[in-house]
Amino acid sequence: MSAVAESPTHSHSQVTENYLFNTKGFLSWALTLDHKRIGLMYLVGVMSSFLVGGLLALLIRAELFTPGELFLNNKQFNQVFTLHGAVMVFLFIIPSVPAALGNFLVPVMLGAKDVAFPRLNLCSFYLWVGGAIFFLCALFYTGLDTGWTFYTPYSSSSEFGTMGPVVWATMGVFILGFSSIFTGLNFIVTINTMRPPGMAWFKMPLFLWATYSTSIIQVLATPVLGITVLLLAAERVLKIGIFDPHLNGDPVTYQHFFWFYSHPAVYIMILPGMGIISELMSVHSHKSIFGYRFIAYSSVAIAIFGFLVWGHHMFTAGMAEVTTVVFSALTFSVSIPSAIKVFNWLATMYKGTVYLNTPMCYALNFLFLFTIGGLTGLWLGALSTDRALHDTYFVVAHFHYVMMGGTLVAFVGGLFHWWPKMTGKMFNDLWGKISCLLVFIGFNMTFLPQFVLGSRGMPRRYARYLEEFQVLHQISTAGAFVLGAGLFVALGVLIHSLMRGRRAPNNPWGAATLEWQCTSPPPFYNFASAPSVTDPYDYLPLKYISEEEGWVYISPTKSTDPQAHPEIAKS
Amino acid sequence: MSHEHTSAHGAGHHGDGHGGHGDHGHLPFLAHHFDDPEQQFDSGKLGIWIFLVTEVLFFSGMFCAYSLYRSRNPEVFMFASQFLNEALGAFNTCVLLFSSLTMAWGVRCAQLRQKNGLVLCLALTLGCAAIFLGVKAVEYTHKWDIGLLPAGSYLAQPEVPVHHEGLSPWLINLSIVPGILLVAFAVWLVITFVKGDKRMSEIAGTLLATAACYFLGVFVGLKFQEAEASSSAHAAHEISVEHDGDTGSHEAGVTADEHAQGQPAESATSESANDHVSGTTGTEAPLKEIEAHLVSLDAPKVVPGAPLDAMVNQKGGAGLFFSIYYCMTGVHALHIIGGMVVMVWLLVRATKDQFHEQYFGPVDYVGLYWHLVDLIWIYLFPLLYLIK
Repeated sequence: MSAVAESPTHSHSQVTENYLFNTKGFLSWALTLDHKRIGLMYLVGVMSSFLVGGLLALLIRAELFTPGELFLNNKQFNQVFTLHGAVMVFLFIIPSVPAALGNFLVPVMLGAKDVAFPRLNLCSFYLWVGGAIFFLCALFYTGLDTGWTFYTPYSSSSEFGTMGPVVWATMGVFILGFSSIFTGLNFIVTINTMRPPGMAWFKMPLFLWATYSTSIIQVLATPVLGITVLLLAAERVLKIGIFDPHLNGDPVTYQHFFWFYSHPAVYIMILPGMGIISELMSVHSHKSIFGYRFIAYSSVAIAIFGFLVWGHHMFTAGMAEVTTVVFSALTFSVSIPSAIKVFNWLATMYKGTVYLNTPMCYALNFLFLFTIGGLTGLWLGALSTDRALHDTYFVVAHFHYVMMGGTLVAFVGGLFHWWPKMTGKMFNDLWGKISCLLVFIGFNMTFLPQFVLGSRGMPRRYARYLEEFQVLHQISTAGAFVLGAGLFVALGVLIHSLMRGRRAPNNPWGAATLEWQCTSPPPFYNFASAPSVTDPYDYLPLKYISEEEGWVYISPTKSTDPQAHPEIAKS
Repeated sequence: MSHEHTSAHGAGHHGDGHGGHGDHGHLPFLAHHFDDPEQQFDSGKLGIWIFLVTEVLFFSGMFCAYSLYRSRNPEVFMFASQFLNEALGAFNTCVLLFSSLTMAWGVRCAQLRQKNGLVLCLALTLGCAAIFLGVKAVEYTHKWDIGLLPAGSYLAQPEVPVHHEGLSPWLINLSIVPGILLVAFAVWLVITFVKGDKRMSEIAGTLLATAACYFLGVFVGLKFQEAEASSSAHAAHEISVEHDGDTGSHEAGVTADEHAQGQPAESATSESANDHVSGTTGTEAPLKEIEAHLVSLDAPKVVPGAPLDAMVNQKGGAGLFFSIYYCMTGVHALHIIGGMVVMVWLLVRATKDQFHEQYFGPVDYVGLYWHLVDLIWIYLFPLLYLIK
């Protein structure tokens, strides 16, 4: 708190007004309606879930170090990968960017005081907490081993008893789904009705476009997941038989229902990450984003296409041939808007002033990993190759490149980017970059060998494997620990900044979106008066001021003082 | 606008709602983060419409399941829908339609600041909802009595009437909670009356009437069922006289055998009179009709003369129909209950006279929700009860 000594009056208003300290006590956080505090609480929640899911991942990789049994038997292995998948998908990736960063950023980027429904926002946070506790207890206590997809007929088989793990886990998913729906609903309404005067749709920051598209998917797809898991629970408790072949039901129907949600959910996961990258690329290249409208439209296009391609998860499940062909063709169409984004990001960097700081390093990391993830998706979307690659490690590697190399890396990059704004502290940039390098090396070491494993026929979800696969598995396991170390370094850098970091300037990166116009951290009311809306990607009026250690708006000299312009005052 | 933040927003942080913020001193209903009432109303309106979209999608999963299994097993749906009581369904449809009217009227009352009119409309809507649930309880429990259960527990003997003295034990079980509520509200009404708290007795009185309406619904449902049973017995008797006792079996299940109601028996008279020997079950007549229809449709699964009831009257047949029936109507009933809870909240606020020309959003939003719940029933009724 060296700042206190230097300028007592300034820091006094900082402390009383900034959202972190303006009220004190447990209840002032637990019952807060402030979107920034809710966002921060979400952040702690999703990071804890990520820690749990990550440790489980390391457990899986450690077990796979040898072909035989190391310390997990087959049943335990199934339970661990189920837990890993379910925790990562439902507790971490889906709420990570929208609920944590989105909650913090959406109103501030809009120059608004809060989201449209603050109480609903708090409600969805507690639904998330309740759902998460319920879900984790259910999974740990009952030892569910269906995989995170709860596929029938295994999940509806009598093995689990009437009120077994499937019922509890699906109830957890149901509650979490409502949390997700309410968050999405809140953002749609906020973006629609609370934009400040002057911010037309095409003057919004691209992160808001991505969040808006994500919210549409959340609102349209999640209810279907809700009814699906409800029917699955009813299947177990009431024996309704809809998914049970013994009762003339159809287990493949479950897959259709499930993927009708869960494929769009893939875009719930990646779209906000893409929104972050759009911001990071432009800000840290100090160059206006290339192809603004195309990036904005492509977010919406991905949201729409995302609803039409769920069948590509089921090519081998026994659909009609015509259906598989149609789904395959539609699947390829999703690559168009994704490619548009990647090319526009590249073009943004071209001839820009690229600052290779930690957020930008993560953005470049994203670009590399996401491109590999996206391109390998084409192998799986093509019918003929998918026949061979279905349910192999190729699939595992593909979706980890997209989900983890895409969403997680974007999330961490965004976290570094907005960390000064959220906490008012600068982090150590060198160690941030080291963490990024470790993540990059560790990630590729973990998952590149898995492409090879998959194409050579190593099936996913197997606890044991043939000795010929051992070397590749061992490289993968070693990589996983490097990756874990990198992420722990990143966590250390952030925690260190909280204790030792220097005070963050209002605008450390020279960004032009509205959140950088308020103090770091923002006051609890965000803006004293509605900020003047400028082009979110126009960096010309920003100048670096070394005393502030940050960037400041130098507006063209205008004066409203009538004495300075006597001729105007007279007329 | 000005910002006396520390006091005004501090209150907001402790979660005590949005009233009474310093920066909108003259508009106590305006939340601190909105600029004007119009923005607040528009946000709420958009929010509720998006919520309704999610509701539609929520139900769409079950409508999908319905279409899927209906297209796969048309004969099952034709057979099983005979067991649903159209008269009760039609009565409930009317009740819900009327409740939509009272709800819409309530919105108008809120807009015109007619406090008493709003309270009355909300009370009527709540009452209709309770009647609906009462009738539904009668329908459900009757089916449970005769084994028309979801697929796993389906007992394939719907023609065997269940004899029990007086009311169905299931119905009594279902009525425990409304019964407790009835007593509790009555006690509360007496207390508030003694205390002379007029506003509270208004609320307690409405809630008491609502709980009573549930029992009214049960009563009406039972009466309808009796009437159906006796009319079908009457019809069966007439037929049996006309056709020399061919369908005399209908008399056997007069009280509980509502599935063999008048109309299928009547419409099937010519066939059943010609083909059937006496002593056949009550389901035979509709079965014959369905079989004839399916043969005329050239449906692939039907072999003329094969025992159709054995094919469809089983867990994986009619049982699946009842699975879908209970899922759809059950989730719908849960939405009715949810709507009632929100309406009680509105009622409390209405008695405080909180709604007026400038602020009627919550009434409007709940109204929209209620219309959607009504609309879903408008689809459920023909799909489950009427289509043969």
